[in-house]
Amino acid sequence: MATIGQACLVFSLGFAIYGAGASLVGARTGREALVRSGRRSLYLLFALTVIAFLITEFAFFTSDFSFTVVATHSSTTTPWYYRIAAMWSSQQGSLMLWLTLLAGWSSLCVVLLRGRLRDVAPYAVAVLLGLGAFFTAVMLFSASPFTTVAVAPVEGSGLNPLLRHPSMMIHPIMLYSGYTLFAIPFAFAIGALIVRRVDAEWLRATRVYSLAAWLALGTGIILGARWSYAELGWGGYWAWDPVENAALLPWLTGTAFLHSVKIQERRGMMKIWNASLVLATGTLAILGTFLVRSGILDSIHAFVQEGNMVAWFFTALIVAMVAGSVYLVITRRDNALRSESRLDSLLSRESAFLGNNLVLVAITFVVLWGTFFPLISEALTSQKEAVGPPWFDQYTVPLVLILVLLSGIGPVIAWRKTSWSRLWRSMRLPAILALLVAIGCVIWEPANGDVSALVMFVVGAFAITISLQELWRGTRARQAMTGEGPLAAFRLLLARNRARYGGFIIHIGVATLFIGIAASSSFQNVRDVRLGVGEQTTLSGYSFTYQKPVAKIETQGGKLERITLGSQIRVSKDGKFVSNLYPNRGYYPSSSPMLGAVSTYFAGESTSEIGLKAGAIKDLWIAETPDISSLMPVVRRGDAVFEKASSQGLEPEARSVFLAAALNGLTTRYRESPPPAQFRVIVSPMVFWIWIGSLIVFIGGLVAAWPSVGAVRDRVRARQAVRVAQDLGRA
Amino acid sequence: MILRYWNSMDPSRKRRIRMVVALSCALLLVGALAYTSFSAASTAVQPSQLLASTDPGKSYQLTGKVVDGSVVRTREAIRFRVRDRTNKKSVAVSYVGAVPDPFREGREVIITVRSAGAAAPPHSFIGEKDTLITKCPSKFKESEPGSPASDLKKS
Repeated sequence: MATIGQACLVFSLGFAIYGAGASLVGARTGREALVRSGRRSLYLLFALTVIAFLITEFAFFTSDFSFTVVATHSSTTTPWYYRIAAMWSSQQGSLMLWLTLLAGWSSLCVVLLRGRLRDVAPYAVAVLLGLGAFFTAVMLFSASPFTTVAVAPVEGSGLNPLLRHPSMMIHPIMLYSGYTLFAIPFAFAIGALIVRRVDAEWLRATRVYSLAAWLALGTGIILGARWSYAELGWGGYWAWDPVENAALLPWLTGTAFLHSVKIQERRGMMKIWNASLVLATGTLAILGTFLVRSGILDSIHAFVQEGNMVAWFFTALIVAMVAGSVYLVITRRDNALRSESRLDSLLSRESAFLGNNLVLVAITFVVLWGTFFPLISEALTSQKEAVGPPWFDQYTVPLVLILVLLSGIGPVIAWRKTSWSRLWRSMRLPAILALLVAIGCVIWEPANGDVSALVMFVVGAFAITISLQELWRGTRARQAMTGEGPLAAFRLLLARNRARYGGFIIHIGVATLFIGIAASSSFQNVRDVRLGVGEQTTLSGYSFTYQKPVAKIETQGGKLERITLGSQIRVSKDGKFVSNLYPNRGYYPSSSPMLGAVSTYFAGESTSEIGLKAGAIKDLWIAETPDISSLMPVVRRGDAVFEKASSQGLEPEARSVFLAAALNGLTTRYRESPPPAQFRVIVSPMVFWIWIGSLIVFIGGLVAAWPSVGAVRDRVRARQAVRVAQDLGRA
Repeated sequence: MILRYWNSMDPSRKRRIRMVVALSCALLLVGALAYTSFSAASTAVQPSQLLASTDPGKSYQLTGKVVDGSVVRTREAIRFRVRDRTNKKSVAVSYVGAVPDPFREGREVIITVRSAGAAAPPHSFIGEKDTLITKCPSKFKESEPGSPASDLKKS
């Protein structure tokens, strides 16, 4: 199987290189056969990568430990659904996923665009195949998932327990889909610049991929935040870590691009800006992939060490992408990229979108600067320095406030020019409501402790009301014109102008999300406390009482998966019962053969399972670190007993029985005389709205990205035109 | 008055002014970023660099591996030693706050520390609350000693 997989990679590389060359030569010489051949190479690349991907997945699913990657990232005690996801927890598997998604999305795009952008598409196919060749080469020469050993180990290391969370099964797929989908507009931008055809057509043709990339990447980021909140035991969802920032950067420039592209479509303006944004987004997507694998910056997420070969591959690719992009934009700036019109007024939608773009680019620059500051400072002062979350917050908070405000104002200003009186008429109701929110926040003490949070509540309320008002007005106008019922009118309103009304839904979601972030980060209460059974602590008016310990052995496929030690925490407020929470910590066995028979079950990875009572107003969150030091003398005695018994020829079956009895005894001992445990208790307001806001953004994104009837019609017409042209050519 | 002057201005001059304003804003932002980042930054160091010289009162972002057998949990704090990635030079750290799940001996950590002062044992540092982060061991790691991965590599 491994040989077939490796052969697939070798052929993939061959087809990718050939296809890229054929597409380029075909485009330069006008030989349609070569262009077609290049396109088919892309489909073949996809087919081969799917086979290689399935072989790797099959090895993970069947726990084939002759594959090195399986032995080091999975085990028979890993549940089957996590065994499938374990593939992309490895360097090799994640590169395989990247390549498969790139080939898949690229093939889909080329199939759907067949017959359109005939001059641009061959260059785009060459770029996409070039990227495919790059990732195939990285795997073949540095990180192949098909490396095997002659004698397979009996058991693997297992998937890291921290990654055993539903979010982590989808998070990498969404992130990589975002990165690879952004490669499509990047490739078409390169093609459009090469042939000097930078009109709005290539933008329209690739907009759905930009939108899908933005949506997938955003979903990936939110899933990562959710995982961090629920799994990492610190209670936060964002830490300004370099790897988190790496995913945020292309999302920010992608957001700017999705707005500014509208100006080019409507007015033929900002061509240089749009080309630069889309090229920057594509490059930042590769930079994000590079950061995770290079080890050049210290991050909580594991890297390979500095100086590994993968880092050099990526550095070369990024340098080539930046140099090529700069060259193309500079050489095309005077003719192909010249604006067709000028900004008529500062009070216009173009200006608002431009403002939104400047803010987004400023945030991108801040995040980029802060992320790479250790390298910048080392280059300038020979001293590596790093900035923390307060530094990022200092810049991003005011910029995000402006952004949310502009998300409210922008869509209600007319194109070209509007008057103050018309603008006021559109914004009167939302402005009054925002004022009421401001007054309410100032009067209501719990909400007025933080100025930036208060301003976010006000601008958020303003943006949400404007978007709701526009959806309401549109529905009412449609009802008045057609006599449809409200639901039918609303549905058809969305269907008629998906980009505009999907955009309003996204703005509602974004404002909701930021309100949740502002409230939860500004008014969160945290307490670290050590509690014994029967003891309690209070936080934000809630009492948390350690009622009883929980200790159990959990198995998977007849084998011990983990030992869980935790507690039942009773939460009450003003003497009234609120909820029981069950925080615990799972101890997974170590695979080290150097450890004793019993201590091996406490020396492996351990991970918190939080106790959470989520609500629309506030979340009650608790994580526990049990004190296992009191168990350790017993564990060591057990090790000694088993060592002695083994030397006296204890049978494996008997050993398993005695070991199970020993572990059961340990958990019983913990339940009967539990030592005090360390708890982190958090009362965090409105976290719920972060996830709800994200869900609204996702729904809005789907509405905006869903192909409209007009787009499908255009595609069918284009294909018909191609067929007619081919028939005429034959005749 | 200003608005009227602006409206009657030559369009090419308007563009130049806009360009100058935009570039000035960008320059200001870059200047502010550079100034605040250098003044707010913690020096990123490894334990051997802290052993060589320490500025009392200054905070450092310490990166290194938790020394095997050094972790001691008490009621008040967790104490451990951090060593260089490539050698055994280490410093003692006392820390209060959230300890991430992946934290354990032998694992790489990043923590913001200050010197514990003259009263404390030499080369002792106090970790700032909630700054301890542990590298996630799951992704793309080199295999750890004793794990099947390392055994495989040996074979």
